[in-house]
Parts: sequence; C-alpha cells; structure tokens
Amino acid sequence: MRDTPLSNCERDFLLKAIQEKKRLDGRQTYDYRSIKISFGTDYGCCFVDLGKTRIMAQVSCELITPKENRPNEGLIFFNIELSPMASPAFEMGRQSELLVKLNRQLERCLRNSKCIDTESLCVVSGEKVWQIRVDVHLLNHDGNLMDAASIAAIAALCHFRRPDVGIQGEEVTVYSTEERDPIPLSIYHMPICVSFSFFQQGTYLLVDPCEREERVMDGLLMIAMNKHREICSIQSSGGIMLLKDQAGTGGAIEIQSVAEKTRRVLGSHRDTVSCSKTRRVLGSHRDTVSCSKDQAGTGEP
Amino acid sequence: MVCLFDCVILSCFYVIIHLVYKVGDVLLPGDVFSFQMPESITDSKPEKVVCGPGLRRNGDEVLVCKSGILRHKQPNLYWIDSQQRRYVPGKGESVIGIITSKSGDIFKVDVGGSEQASLSYLAFEGATKRNRPNVQVGDLVYSQFIIANKDMEPELVCIDSCGRANGMGVFGAGGLLFKVSLGLVRRLLAPQSEIAKDLEKMFPFEIVVGMNGRVWVKSKTIQQTLIVANLLESCENMTAQQRQTLFRRVADGSI
Repeated sequence: MRDTPLSNCERDFLLKAIQEKKRLDGRQTYDYRSIKISFGTDYGCCFVDLGKTRIMAQVSCELITPKENRPNEGLIFFNIELSPMASPAFEMGRQSELLVKLNRQLERCLRNSKCIDTESLCVVSGEKVWQIRVDVHLLNHDGNLMDAASIAAIAALCHFRRPDVGIQGEEVTVYSTEERDPIPLSIYHMPICVSFSFFQQGTYLLVDPCEREERVMDGLLMIAMNKHREICSIQSSGGIMLLKDQAGTGGAIEIQSVAEKTRRVLGSHRDTVSCSKTRRVLGSHRDTVSCSKDQAGTGEP
Repeated sequence: MVCLFDCVILSCFYVIIHLVYKVGDVLLPGDVFSFQMPESITDSKPEKVVCGPGLRRNGDEVLVCKSGILRHKQPNLYWIDSQQRRYVPGKGESVIGIITSKSGDIFKVDVGGSEQASLSYLAFEGATKRNRPNVQVGDLVYSQFIIANKDMEPELVCIDSCGRANGMGVFGAGGLLFKVSLGLVRRLLAPQSEIAKDLEKMFPFEIVVGMNGRVWVKSKTIQQTLIVANLLESCENMTAQQRQTLFRRVADGSI
C-alpha cells in the first residue's frame, strides 16, 4: 500500500508553524518526546517507545568460526527491519533506501565506535568465537527512527547475557543458564544518537522530528555521542550546508540529552536485571550468599 | 424458517443452542449471533431481523465479523459498533481526499482506502471541456462517492445531482489536516453532536469533517488551530465529563 501523500496545506501549515516556533504536539524546539524503555522476559529483549514510535530490539548469540584476518575477535551483526505494521509505506521484503540508510547508520554508530569489547567474545582463538546478533524491529513509525533504534540496540546489548563457556584442554563446554549464570557483554561506553532536523535552508532547527515534520524537512543531522562527551558518529543527509555554530549548538544540546538518556537506560536496565536475577535465584533455591554476590555483580558496564 | 433475502427470519421456536447475547455485550469475530427476543414484541409471527455492519449471514446462522459492542435500534436493527481507523469507501459518503496525480481527464485522489479513487475534471461546478478547474497535485478536495463497492474502482464527484457544488470542491489553504478514528467522525457529524457544541464555545474556527477520518481545521492564529486539532484528537477516548473539564481548562488557560 502506498503511504498517504502530504497535502500542500499541511506542508504550508507546518512550515508556518515552525517559523513561529510552534510544533504540532506543543513541544519546544529542543524538547524530546517521552521515552519509555521496557524489557521482555528473555535476556536481550528491549522495547523502546519514543512518543508513538515503537521499536523492539532482540539480541542473540551463537558460536561460529572467526574471520581469518581477525582470529581473536568476536563478531557483531546488526539488522534493522521495517515491519509493514509500522507504516503503510513499508513493504515486507523490499530493500528500500531508508532501510539501507538506517542499517548503515546503526552499524557505524555501534560497531565502528567499538563500544563492545569483541576480544572478550573469543572462546578458542581461530576456531570458535561468539557472534552477537542484534535484530531491531520497527513496530510503529512516527518519526526519528534512528534515535529510537540506537537506544533500543544499546539497551538490549546491556541487558543481554551470553552463556558461560568452560574450556578443558581441547573440549569446549557451553553451559546452559540453569547450570551456570550467563555472563553480560563487556561494553565500554554507550553511544546514543540524537537527530536534528533543519528547515528553510538551515534557518530553523528541531530536535526529535515526528513523522510529519520529517516529511517537510530540508535536511537531517544525526550525531551519536556517549556520556563521556565523545562523538561516535556524525551523519548529515539532505544536502544542506550547515554553519559551524549550528553544529555547535547541536553538540551542546546533544550532550545534555545523551547524559540524561544514558541515565534512563542504565536505571531501567539495572532494576529489571536485578529483579529477574533475584526471581531466578530464589526459584532455583540457591542460598542467600550467592544471591547477594549476584546483586553486587550487576554493576554499571 | 430461513428467508432468502438479506434479513434472517427467525421463528419464536428457534432453538438457541449457542450463547445468548444481550445488547451492549462485547462480541468477537467468529461468534455465532443469537439473541433474546425482547419481551415487548413477542408474538407468534416470525420476526424479521435486519443485520447491520459487522454482522453477516452464513447459511442458517448470523456470524459476527467485527469486534465491538452489540447495538440495537428499534424495531429490529442490530449492528456491531466497532472502533476503526481504516476507511472503506461507501456510496454517498462525503470525504476529504488528497489529489495525487493528474492523468488525462481524471484526477487520482487518495481517500485513505485500499485504492485511490478517480475524480473527473468535469465533476466540478461550472467545469466544461474548455474551462478546466484549477486543481493542483497535493490539493485537498471535499467530495462525494458515486461509485464505491468492492468490485470497482471508487469514483468521486464534487457536484450534487443538481449540478451545484453545495460546499464541495477544492479547499484548504492555511488550515491543518489530521486524522481521527471513524467513530469520532460519526459522533462529530451526528445531528445533536455534543462534541461540536462544546468546541463551538471555545473560539471561532472553520472545520471540514470527512467520513474517512480526516478532519481539517482553520482558526485565526496558528496556536488556536493547533489547540483545536489537539483537543479533537484527544476526545477519542474521553467521557463527556472528562471532555468538558478539559475544554474548560483550555478555555481558561488560553489567551
């Protein structure tokens, strides 16, 4: 099915409203929509609601042979899927330009920034390494997919636990979750994207555009940063030319919002993980000593 | 005794072997519909029952095909009231469409249904072969369906049977278009609509309501237009009490 076309009067109204610094849902120019992060029952399953945009990320792992030129490193694979339930414009199986762009941006943001320690994923050098697979599904499209996808992916990676592995000589044993506690991934930092949309050749700037604002925008600037104020990736699309101070303002806003979002992700993740761990521990009748040991071990990555 | 027409005739001695539903029950697709004869009209003659939207005859039975609440209108009309946002074109309904392309003699219009409707350029008031209407791609049109069934492409016109525009045609400069559910649209268009009455007390505005769930609003300032649009979108799931409280709060707070 085709997506609803944007009528001329909607476009004119939106641009006029932006000139008067008014947004459709009453936000200010630098306001984000409310973010809700929730986790599923499996390790590595995360739902993110950014206003009405809804994304699900699921992390899984398997043992494979590593690449020949990097025998000591594990692999991370990202995959974003635009489900047809998200918008009438998305069709199952069709490789659209938006999909390729989102995949590329997520890879650059998370893999190239080396936020995950891939050497810790090595089991037997040259023979067996862990491949971590992050599947991101878009459930509802209301603008700003990149931000929501990056939050969902990094939250799911923090939440994920891989099975413990024992090596005895030549034998490699993978323990199930009942036999030994699964181990979290080693994550150095959490890159989070913030998107800025530009209108009227860069005169007006809006943070976190919703779907209709995205349709009338001239260009999009996406900056991925972590809370240590390191920029992980910058992407500018739409071909607009930005002045240095515009990019600077963007960076300043970014720092604040990334710090806040990182706190939210860690907060929600810690609550969930300690809850589920306690439930599991009590359910398998282990003694209280190991319970408190586990709680202490669930720290910040 | 089962009739061959669209209505189902049930005799007083019909054996009810399935669950009996009352008016106001929530029904799901696949439920077999059987109901209690109201005491007031019980007599020995068979009763004719008219199935409205959401009910379908399947041989001897009446099946429910939409999820919603069972409603009844005297004397014998039953239907399912469902919350729906996806529009299905129906003949005679007035909708707001967006022109997507011009090809030869017809415009293609998006009405939110499964396919685009066609609108002939002659179907405007005062349009002749020499005098084409001034319609661009992306314009909004308020028009009526003359053909709308599941076998043919839907067709729209912007004139009534006398050849007059009667409010239909191209419109929309300066306003905001947004989408609501079909139920809310029907409530807005009802003759004694409470929502419309409450909204009128706020401030003056122009509104065009299409049966396909699209509403266009224009007011004096952009702020007021945005307020009306957001209020309408939020009226969806509110009771009358909550709605009036909200409107009063906005009226007190707004300039």
